[in-house]
Amino acid sequence: MSVASIPGDGSEPILRLRDVGKVYATGSVEVEALRGVSLDVARGEYVAIMGPSGSGKSTLMHILGCLDVPTTGTYDLAGEDVSTMSEAALATVRNRQIGFVFQQFNLLASLPAWRNVELPLCYTGMGRAERRERAISALERVGLGDRVNHRPGELSGGQEQRVAVARALVTDPALILADEPTGNLDSHSSADVLALFTELHEQGRTIVLITHERNVAESAQRIVRILDGEVDSAMSAAAGNVR
Amino acid sequence: MKWGETIRTALEAIRSRRMRSSLTMLGILIGIAAVMLTVGLGQGAQAQVRAQINQLGSNLLIVSPGSSTSTSGLRGGRGSASTLTTRDAIALASPDVAPDIARVAPVVTGSQSLTAGSTNWTTNVVGTTPDWLAVRARSLTEGRFFTTAELNDAASVAVLGSTTATELFGGRSALGQTVSVNGTTLTVIGILNTAGSSTTTDEDDQALVPQTTYASRIASGGNATGISTLYIEATSTDTLSAAYQEANKALLSTHGMTAATADFTISSQQSLLTTATSTDRTLTVLLAGIAAISLLVGGIGVMNIMLVSVTERIREIGLRKALGATPRAIRRQFLVEASTLGLSGGVLGLILGLVGARVLPHFLNQPVTIPAVAGIGALGIALVIGIVAGVYPASRAARLAPIDALRSE
Repeated sequence: MSVASIPGDGSEPILRLRDVGKVYATGSVEVEALRGVSLDVARGEYVAIMGPSGSGKSTLMHILGCLDVPTTGTYDLAGEDVSTMSEAALATVRNRQIGFVFQQFNLLASLPAWRNVELPLCYTGMGRAERRERAISALERVGLGDRVNHRPGELSGGQEQRVAVARALVTDPALILADEPTGNLDSHSSADVLALFTELHEQGRTIVLITHERNVAESAQRIVRILDGEVDSAMSAAAGNVR
Repeated sequence: MKWGETIRTALEAIRSRRMRSSLTMLGILIGIAAVMLTVGLGQGAQAQVRAQINQLGSNLLIVSPGSSTSTSGLRGGRGSASTLTTRDAIALASPDVAPDIARVAPVVTGSQSLTAGSTNWTTNVVGTTPDWLAVRARSLTEGRFFTTAELNDAASVAVLGSTTATELFGGRSALGQTVSVNGTTLTVIGILNTAGSSTTTDEDDQALVPQTTYASRIASGGNATGISTLYIEATSTDTLSAAYQEANKALLSTHGMTAATADFTISSQQSLLTTATSTDRTLTVLLAGIAAISLLVGGIGVMNIMLVSVTERIREIGLRKALGATPRAIRRQFLVEASTLGLSGGVLGLILGLVGARVLPHFLNQPVTIPAVAGIGALGIALVIGIVAGVYPASRAARLAPIDALRSE
């Protein structure tokens, strides 16, 4: 199994997966969702993980996002081995190191935009005034400085997803993990959100984007293809070479 | 997550489902108000009975001739041949025999016709000693009580109850007037303050005379030493049972009897109180039990709503977990929400209970006394119900795996 290598600066990888396997036991049936995935992502890299449904990319996303732990292998995130952590410790890692962007946006409908954005900060013990300040500056960062008090229902899909991106940015995480971020958006809004990711990447953010759409994956610097729970090294390449 | 933040989140969740939250609180509200009112009614009824019995005098023991036993019924002679004598009274008044007895008032009574001028009035004539006034915790509106000297001289004096005085003398002052009983003329030297009527006798309709006067000049039988009741005042409420023991022992020894053959009965206010309030208490306990069940149902309502809430908000829980909420933070959020529902219902129930305590007496002609402890206790119970009802839904929410919770539609 070859390690999907890092093109570029050669700095210490921020994500480091070694032989990660995941087996789901559903009753007596065992499903092997991942079979020894090794993957490095360097700080500041923009990587797309691509694969058809059932390829194991969702499982990989859950493990990368510390929402689940691998059955075998190790996973180091920002220099910390998270593959054996307790649920509470994982919650703290998610809070500090990872910013999620989901396909369904997952905004709380009852809260205005800035309250949605400050949500991760509520679990850090930060004071209210500082949370609000940081939430508003994150919203300004994604171009929604004038929508601070709007509720999700009063925003367009593209704007909702940008609120979600602001929420992912607000804790200044090591990794932004986007799971099909354009899956619920029209092409115009999709382009809008992808442009935002490119912009964030240019500012030095590490982004991992999970998608099944080639044109979405192509906005990334590098594409890692997952097939049947394994990294398809033949098809994985720097985005420019795929075509 | 900080506590302040948790409480704010819980309040927002409750506010965003106003109708449902109010209905949930209603269950607790009704339960708390019902418990408080039934306890308050019971307490009010007991206080009423206690006040009536306390009119008899504080720290009081009552010795009556004869004893009732389950096998032979009444033993000894009540009435004409009383087994109690003035000797007993003198023995019990001795501090050597009974150090915990403060005063003893022997009483001999008979129904007699009193005449003042042309007015006749039949009432209870009571022969007793000067200590009667203190033992029975009574006072005078006018004049004075008779003295020990008057007792020793069998003086022709009488103290009248307020009703008796009014019946005999109408609106005129009775003080210094004379009344005649059985051919003996007595001078009225004092009028008793009103005491209200107890369940058995009208305490305001009686005429008190020195025991010696009663025995030698009024009583028709001529039993000079026989008495019908001994009132004993203990030195304090705490020594009442010691006084009871001392009186029992002294009387048994002066009568030369054992406990099995005793020809007298000693009862205390406490025993009267117990009898009088036991039925009230049974009823109160029964009603409070029913009220407590309604409170329990209210608690189940809170748990039910919290379970629905957890299921409904499964995505929110998943999101919060993904964003870094620890299982403990989630558990806390739902526990605070449940206990807030419980406590709010409790506060509203307390208010309703207090309003009810003001309003109900006008309809029931019965006082409702809600002790402060019951109010605070009610709030505590409401809070505990909220917490207990929240534990299971909260731990269910805390256990949810974030990916399952996020995935659910």
